[in-house]
Amino acid sequence: MAKIRGSVTINKQYCKGCELCVYECPQDSLKMSTKLNTKGYHFAFLAEDTCTGCINCALVCPDACITVYRGTKKNQLSTVKKTTNSSSKMALKAL
Amino acid sequence: MYNMVDVYISERILTPDKSMDKVWERPDLLIDVPNHYCPGCSHSVVHRLLMEVVEELDIMERTIGIAPVGCSVLAYDYLNVDMQEAAHGRATACASGIKRVFPDKIVFTYQGDGDLAAIGTSETIHTVNRGENIVMVFINNGIYGMTGGQMAPTTLEGAKTSTCPEGRNLDLMGHPIKIADMIALLDGAYYVTRQAVHNSKTVRKTKKALLKAFQYQIDGKGGTSFVEIVSNCPSGWKMTPLEANDWLAKNMFEYYPLGNIKIPQKEE
Amino acid sequence: MGQKRLMKGNEALAEAAIRAGVQGFFGYPITPQSELLEYMSKELPDRGGTFVQAESEIASINMVYGAAGAGARVMTSTSSPGFSLMQEGISYLACTEIPCVIVNVMRGGPGLGTIQPSQGDYFQAVKGGGHGDYQLIVLAPNSVQEMANFAFLGFDLADTYRVPVLILADGALGQMMESIEFPDYVVKEHLTDKSEWATTGRINGREQHILTSLHLQPEEMEMTNKILQRKYREIEAKEVRYETLFTDDADLLIVAYGLSSRVSHKALELARKEGLKVGLLRPQTLYPFPSTVLNNLAEKVKKILVVEMSAGQMVEDVQLAVEGKIPVEFYGRMGGMIPQPDDILDKLRKMNESTLNV
Repeated sequence: MAKIRGSVTINKQYCKGCELCVYECPQDSLKMSTKLNTKGYHFAFLAEDTCTGCINCALVCPDACITVYRGTKKNQLSTVKKTTNSSSKMALKAL
Repeated sequence: MYNMVDVYISERILTPDKSMDKVWERPDLLIDVPNHYCPGCSHSVVHRLLMEVVEELDIMERTIGIAPVGCSVLAYDYLNVDMQEAAHGRATACASGIKRVFPDKIVFTYQGDGDLAAIGTSETIHTVNRGENIVMVFINNGIYGMTGGQMAPTTLEGAKTSTCPEGRNLDLMGHPIKIADMIALLDGAYYVTRQAVHNSKTVRKTKKALLKAFQYQIDGKGGTSFVEIVSNCPSGWKMTPLEANDWLAKNMFEYYPLGNIKIPQKEE
Repeated sequence: MGQKRLMKGNEALAEAAIRAGVQGFFGYPITPQSELLEYMSKELPDRGGTFVQAESEIASINMVYGAAGAGARVMTSTSSPGFSLMQEGISYLACTEIPCVIVNVMRGGPGLGTIQPSQGDYFQAVKGGGHGDYQLIVLAPNSVQEMANFAFLGFDLADTYRVPVLILADGALGQMMESIEFPDYVVKEHLTDKSEWATTGRINGREQHILTSLHLQPEEMEMTNKILQRKYREIEAKEVRYETLFTDDADLLIVAYGLSSRVSHKALELARKEGLKVGLLRPQTLYPFPSTVLNNLAEKVKKILVVEMSAGQMVEDVQLAVEGKIPVEFYGRMGGMIPQPDDILDKLRKMNESTLNV
């Protein structure tokens, strides 16, 4: 696993699928979902563990829907399981 | 706010570890609603930057913004500061009125190219010429977005719009106007700069420019601060957001080069 | 009351506005109102206000919009062609409910017209002028004293109802000199406290204030209109102002405002000497118009003569008010010409003869 230092949450309901963040990400961590949000847009999501928390994606995001986190020590990304949507309070808050 | 259960189905969405620190989030002053701008539109990036600047300089309690007529006519729905909506082209006149009677207020205008460089040219020039101590934010995307993509005063030669479907013909339609360069010639202009927000590098620069512009106003420096932002209009240009930013970088910067046009003399 | 002073109408209005606490004046030179602008440029900065000579009337009215929207007592003044340029801004002011005072020292038109006095802007002033359904409170002075008085009244009415108030004078009233006394006036704080709605910056983190005339949903726009109309009905009920002369025994009633009411007054005196029973009704507010008063007077008098310095504009409101009960005739001069008392007297004589013949 790559050296992990950062992470993002993306408010998928605010995302309009412009893909600017995906293009801007130097680590290729973001991808566009195959699913649609309630407005009918494919939304971006953090798909790879390579994020460094550089905030480039958040800077270009026209919809200000990206929140960026950075770890100071050894951080491990957790995966939200489809059944436990409350496993990450932070993620919920951002959504 | 939303029912988000449906998201987590098969795609593996990574989320932050609890030990991580939040290093960037939406500014509090950007009202927490989805905006009406088209996907990829530069307007919303600049809105966010403005609110970041107002927050960082802690001037919310005395900031008054003026919204124009154009796509950003509803700017006050997103910018959580006191705002007035001006008649088309007259934002700088409104700003002048406020700033003259209440010099302690921080006043900014937010205008597009049609508003600032066509119908409001007179107000633009004379506001700067009087050296009104305000910040003018100018979104230059070379098109009338809100009315459906007509030719703007800043539309580039050959660019196709709904009112120049064969492309802008300079002989018939005049030349794209470099309004920032024009007003930089006026003695009332204190700080004139041209920036962009099409990638993270330019966004950072634009933020710095806006911070400077507002700081000059706070310091009561003599003159108008003018920040032009070369912007995209994916819908008006009939491109995807990525294509639009690409086109912008390849075509707009040649005619509207980025960088400072006029900076305060002691900083030169 | 202070001591008597000899002043021009334009200057008296400017001085009164300063005494009424005007914080900002934005204007553009145009004859015959330029003295107002000049007086403000000389006096206002020394007396706690701001003067800006704008690049156009369009800019002036929008400076008024900005500053008044931020809670200041501000005004602008112009003459007819400039007033046309201001119409867009006035429509915005009315819809956004921003109080301010606008002065139109009318001159002859249409087009560039003349610089002589006229009353040709009545429709523009009273029937809206700009786009959409709105009204201004329109005050029509007929003396230098009233030019001053109406400045005080104008600011108070504007702040009371949150409407733009128009002082509709003419070139003669602006230029003439008369002795006047300025009334004692104290700025009422409850009128100048606009913290409920003004865009001052979110002081102490209060809720955002927005001043806009854009309501994309038609339901919302209609509601905005209804609120405005409700306000106009209240103004119509409470703020009608007029003056009557010799109406108790009158057979013939002259209706005239502004300068033409002064000429009509002279004609009335001449007519009375000849034994003609003539009265005069002078609306001081053109909106709200004294329609009820006129309707009641139409029960008593036999005929009405409307005298204007126009092709006949207020005469339509008089006709509406009397509801066809009695004949309404008109005498007017246009393009900067002033009606003469003798001409009005001739008209009165003819009307009187035909009345006797009936």
